Amino acid sequence: MITAILTVTGLAAIFGLLLGYTAVRFRTQGDPVADQIESLLPQTQCGQCSYAGCRPYAEAIAAGEAEINRCPPGGESGIRALADLLDREFVPLDPEAGEEKPRAVAVIDEDRCIGCTLCIQACPVDAILGTGKHMHTVIADECTGCDLCLPPCPVDCIDMVPIGTDIETWTWPKPADSQPPGPAARLSGAA
Amino acid sequence: MADEAEPVTELRLGRFHGGLRLEPNKTLSTELPLKSAPIPPRLVHPLNQHAGASSEPMVEIGERVLRGQPISSPTGFISAPVHAGSSGTVVAIETHPVAHPSGLDALCVVVETDGEDEAYAGYPAIPEFATLSPIALRARVRDCGVVGLGGAAFPTAVKLNAAGALNALILNGAECEPYISCDDTLLRFRAHDIASGARIMLHALEVGRCLVAIEDDKPAACEALAGAVARLGDPRIEVVRVPAIYPEGGERQLITVLTGEEVPADGLPADIGYLVHNVGTAAWVARAILAGEALHSRIVTVTGRGVVQPQNLEVRIGTPIADVVAACGGYTEHARHLLMGGAMMGFSLPSDDIPIIKKTNCLVIGTAEDIAPRGPARACIRCGECARACPAQLLPQQLYWHARADDFDKADAMNLFDCIECGCCDLVCPSHIPLTRYFRYAKSQIWHNERDRVKAERAKRRHDQREARLEEARAAKRRRLAARTRALEAGTARETGRKAAIDEIMQRAQEKKDAGDGGGEA
Repeated sequence: MITAILTVTGLAAIFGLLLGYTAVRFRTQGDPVADQIESLLPQTQCGQCSYAGCRPYAEAIAAGEAEINRCPPGGESGIRALADLLDREFVPLDPEAGEEKPRAVAVIDEDRCIGCTLCIQACPVDAILGTGKHMHTVIADECTGCDLCLPPCPVDCIDMVPIGTDIETWTWPKPADSQPPGPAARLSGAA
Repeated sequence: MADEAEPVTELRLGRFHGGLRLEPNKTLSTELPLKSAPIPPRLVHPLNQHAGASSEPMVEIGERVLRGQPISSPTGFISAPVHAGSSGTVVAIETHPVAHPSGLDALCVVVETDGEDEAYAGYPAIPEFATLSPIALRARVRDCGVVGLGGAAFPTAVKLNAAGALNALILNGAECEPYISCDDTLLRFRAHDIASGARIMLHALEVGRCLVAIEDDKPAACEALAGAVARLGDPRIEVVRVPAIYPEGGERQLITVLTGEEVPADGLPADIGYLVHNVGTAAWVARAILAGEALHSRIVTVTGRGVVQPQNLEVRIGTPIADVVAACGGYTEHARHLLMGGAMMGFSLPSDDIPIIKKTNCLVIGTAEDIAPRGPARACIRCGECARACPAQLLPQQLYWHARADDFDKADAMNLFDCIECGCCDLVCPSHIPLTRYFRYAKSQIWHNERDRVKAERAKRRHDQREARLEEARAAKRRRLAARTRALEAGTARETGRKAAIDEIMQRAQEKKDAGDGGGEA
């Protein structure tokens, strides 16, 4: 009896020590789940999810504090990707967070800009260039279309212009099953 | 051509997987000799006619330009300039419909021609090309805007740069797609240019062997080229007859036929010692070097039962399709469809206002009966015909499931990007599934997602850097405040000390005074 108790206690002590050691030795840095979630977010840094950026939102989802449907720029496909990753049910976009809009880029009307630098301070990705009492301009390639520069502008000189599709960014439409054959064409004799 | 100098070689040929024997429909356009199309009143030059980065306009509105004068400059390593098709005045630099499956507009330089067709003299002819270094030859080919004329329009100068030792240069005259006959025409009427171009390319690449592949259903082309090679007396150039199987004109398929070797899926032909150029490209390399001409025209097959006189024409780059069709006698009353490219890989155009570009090899004007009605797509019955026909040895059926389910990672893992979009699987599919369209859709979505991912990564980096900078600024402010507080406290302490000292002195003085007063009284 005593032997059995001692053996089990001894084993428990050994495994406990082993586990304790590995927990310290092989500790994961950061939060891998939050990293994975973050990589699915569009990095717009718009804060429409009510968190201060994509990283805080990713951490909140990882901690189970936030729903996965609060990211309007990610849209439906983003929610689906998150649902897949976290093995959760798909939920439609929370209307409280906003609605999915076509990608846009901020454009400053340079005639009206008074050079107040408020938009520069608001831009989460440093995409606005300018200094006090001088005209500001948006680096279009870096703009994420987050809308955060709109509210602080005292003269309302910033417009969000939707990004159209050009030949470089155009994608082939998905064929519908019932669609008649396309023009890559069945000329008679080709068969 | 039965003499000893006959350079037509009989190689032991390989065979690529799959492929189809198709009705060639080429004689429709090969009855008439090669003719030049008249110069149209307006030439519309799209600035992106090649693979790679678009070019930038370098002329101004109102400027007079000459035939072959550069009107745009390349914007990267993989890019090419565009040259004016004829002399005239630049009247606009604006967006205009261009030949693209999207039907979208792109930036074009519009030239109103003056009919004088005056040539630009900026590129001197170099008849003694062998005196030039390969680097100088490449620079000239690049300046002259020469791109692959087989259809992909990849800048030729980039592909005239052999990274390692090559076994052979292959010139592709295996024009396998039904209806197209522009390379056949070029071989029959401009064989000398092709042979000269081959010699220049051999010099630029420092290679000792050139194989010119011509399909065996084009005996006249084969004979013309063999004659031209014999006249040049260059034993390095061999003409090879290959069997006519679609899509043999594909780069990888042709290499397999000629050499029996296979290009690895993630590699390039140069990795196994071969480089493939189109015969039309070789002819233009010869013109760029020997005549100092920039690429400003090409041979276009105008064919189909919807045009009065199908034929091959040498057309100035930038000529609107309507003018090309008019030069062929116009449309017949049954014309219904306009395709750019051949019957298998071509795409339909919304209007004939679109200009001819460097990669336009063929225009098919079809009648209603030509576009054979095909029933709506039915369910895949998993017969596997598509896999048997696929020249890239893919599994189109599996790729189709993944593309349909938007599961792009899986499609990519099954080598979706090895698909050459030849359309063989579409043609053999008994359920009429538009497989190639699914693959194009999946490929373009993968590119799209990749662009988004790169953009998101950049935004994240910039956001993180900004956060770090702001945090640093806040920390600096805190440090400054702390320093000031300490300074203030130290200042207060000194002040208190001094005050105490003064008080003490004052007190002592008072005591002394009191004592003195007391003494006086006493």
